[in-house]
Amino acid sequence: MKANCWVKPNTVSVENVPDPAILNRRDAIVKITSTAICGSDLHLLDGYVPTMQKGDIMGHEFMGEVVQVGDGVDKDKLRVGDRVVVPFPIACGACTACRAELYSLCENSNPNAGLAEKFFGHPTAGIFGYSHLTGGFAGGQAEYARVPFADFGPLKVESDLTDEQVLFLSDILPTGYMGADLCDIKPTDVVAVWGAGPVGQFAMDSAQVLGADRVIAIDKEPYRLEMAERAGHTTINFEEADVRSALLELTGGRGPDKCIEAVGMEAVHGSAPIHAYDRAKQAIRQESERPHALRQAITSCRSGGIVSVIGVFGGFLDKFPSGSWMNRSITLRTGQAHVQRYMKPLLKRIEKGEIDPTRVITHTLPLQRAPHGYDIFKHKKDNCEKVVLKA
Amino acid sequence: MGDDKLTRMLGWASIGLGAPLVLAPSRSARAIGVDDGPQQRAVVAGVGTREFVAAAGLLGQGSPAWLWTRVAGDLMDLRLLGTALRNRALTARVVKAALKQDHRAALNRTIAATGAVAAITGLDLYAAITRSRGSHRRSQGDVTLTAAVTVTQPPHEVYARWRQLESLPTFMAHLDDVTMTSPRTSHWRATAPFSKTVEWDAQITDDVPGERLGWRSLDGSAIRTAGEVRFAPAPGGQNGAQDTEVHVKLSYAVPAGKLGTAIARYFGEDPHQQLDDDLRRFKQVLEVGEVVRSEGAPWGKRARQEFPQHPARPLTTKELAEVRSS
Repeated sequence: MKANCWVKPNTVSVENVPDPAILNRRDAIVKITSTAICGSDLHLLDGYVPTMQKGDIMGHEFMGEVVQVGDGVDKDKLRVGDRVVVPFPIACGACTACRAELYSLCENSNPNAGLAEKFFGHPTAGIFGYSHLTGGFAGGQAEYARVPFADFGPLKVESDLTDEQVLFLSDILPTGYMGADLCDIKPTDVVAVWGAGPVGQFAMDSAQVLGADRVIAIDKEPYRLEMAERAGHTTINFEEADVRSALLELTGGRGPDKCIEAVGMEAVHGSAPIHAYDRAKQAIRQESERPHALRQAITSCRSGGIVSVIGVFGGFLDKFPSGSWMNRSITLRTGQAHVQRYMKPLLKRIEKGEIDPTRVITHTLPLQRAPHGYDIFKHKKDNCEKVVLKA
Repeated sequence: MGDDKLTRMLGWASIGLGAPLVLAPSRSARAIGVDDGPQQRAVVAGVGTREFVAAAGLLGQGSPAWLWTRVAGDLMDLRLLGTALRNRALTARVVKAALKQDHRAALNRTIAATGAVAAITGLDLYAAITRSRGSHRRSQGDVTLTAAVTVTQPPHEVYARWRQLESLPTFMAHLDDVTMTSPRTSHWRATAPFSKTVEWDAQITDDVPGERLGWRSLDGSAIRTAGEVRFAPAPGGQNGAQDTEVHVKLSYAVPAGKLGTAIARYFGEDPHQQLDDDLRRFKQVLEVGEVVRSEGAPWGKRARQEFPQHPARPLTTKELAEVRSS
């Protein structure tokens, strides 16, 4: 089959690889119809996430049709022929974390848990196509994929919704939604979202459907801010305006009640010297993150507010505003999305038309052109917001 | 702790020797027949300081490593004195008449000092060798490892699974095979570091169903090992499900003592890490029925030994056949 493989930092290529096979009894093989490139794939692409190996298949957002099941798969839950969306965290459904609906912390799905433990203190779940630290599972930017615990995680889609309407249930829609969910949104809340990429857009929509009074998008790409505006959100371009003054102005001097960080470890800063400082420290591996958006979210947040972090971080950061965080009673919440927790309720919202996931898609390409998709997404060429690949 | 008599004595000797060198470097220099120049005074004071550091180590920690630093210091002193002797001898030949008497006396003092240092070196060497051997013997004693994991099954079920000793090799990376030879005795085969195979017989020494299991190798076995697993109810669990804390304690004699452990660790075989990974897989076996595999770690229980791993892409037919036949 064809699959998009990581070759070396900043290089991916579509290669011929063997077809996947059942390795565990509860595996299923899925023939992929649609898959996507995620912002977090860009952290793998440029080598900021350790333990990538040459030949690893990328991709953790995919859906398709079940073509084979292992003999341990519960036939009442999954059969050959089912159309499924596959959640990116691999979760067993039986461990303490899964029972607490903390699926991205599944205690059984990462064969390299011992390695992850060395990096993080405690291990995290397996993730498709997301380095060997998260298990070394082949990803979904391919024609087929092996899906472990297939009778637990994957969401069966029986309605006639299109792939484009349900594909993002695999990651970015639940991720954006969790960002808002962690904010305990009240009707009086003003919610600010750093980053107007696909996850940021869905965090904004989610904050809206969860009842926020107003949602503010912060980014520097005019086309991304326009996309947020079209969805009814207020915008701040941090290259044109001072974020702090703009937020104070928009919130009557209080600051946003809830802040969502949807940027992560490769943030850019409006101030060239501060960006250069973090960029330099990152380049010489003195810090693994460029945490500018996180710093600004914390210092901008209303006293007593909540900052929810769904942008991806990988290691250690410098100049954490601990004084602002502690003295002003800021609550910090975060996590890789517990996708399985949100898939069904979000599918209902899509069916009812409350959320339209297709609004972020700007490019649809054949799988063969995945490297081109990475290029335009990474460099924000051609107003690229979200690339869907057709296998 | 420095509770060895000779080690402590040498520690005090270091203080006795170091104090005059640091407090009165020029008189000390003259006493050993060395010229009283600024360079010589600095060297003498330096040697004194070194003695204080050695004393602190010997009286504080008392580790044999400090005895070896003394030996190294002695050799340095002998070298310095050797230089002094050579200089003295050369000067003596040049300045023949007037100062001859003085030089003769100084040379004698240097020779005496050298003799004394040589004797101390002998004593230090003796102490270092004998005390190191002692600590080596201690380190050849049992290495004890502990690890714990919580499993979402009740204690009696978790106990029952462990009690099937013959299934331990499915999740314990280094165990190849366990065979029951009687209800309480078993034969074990394992891969030791550097791919050597070791075999031994063990007997169950403690067996309380649902609570604990203990075993040890039989006398005369090739390796000496003992272990204990406790199955304790995890906090909570009143309503329905009772989780279990599995606490494992393993001890065994390491073939080459601490050195062997260090070398094995260098080659990626840290026994503690192995035990952690083994318990994680035991949890997998209980909670999801088997050891979890990925394309990067298709061999399941060998995951940690496979770095760099198989790329995260499907296996070839040949690779798959190998995995399935193992």
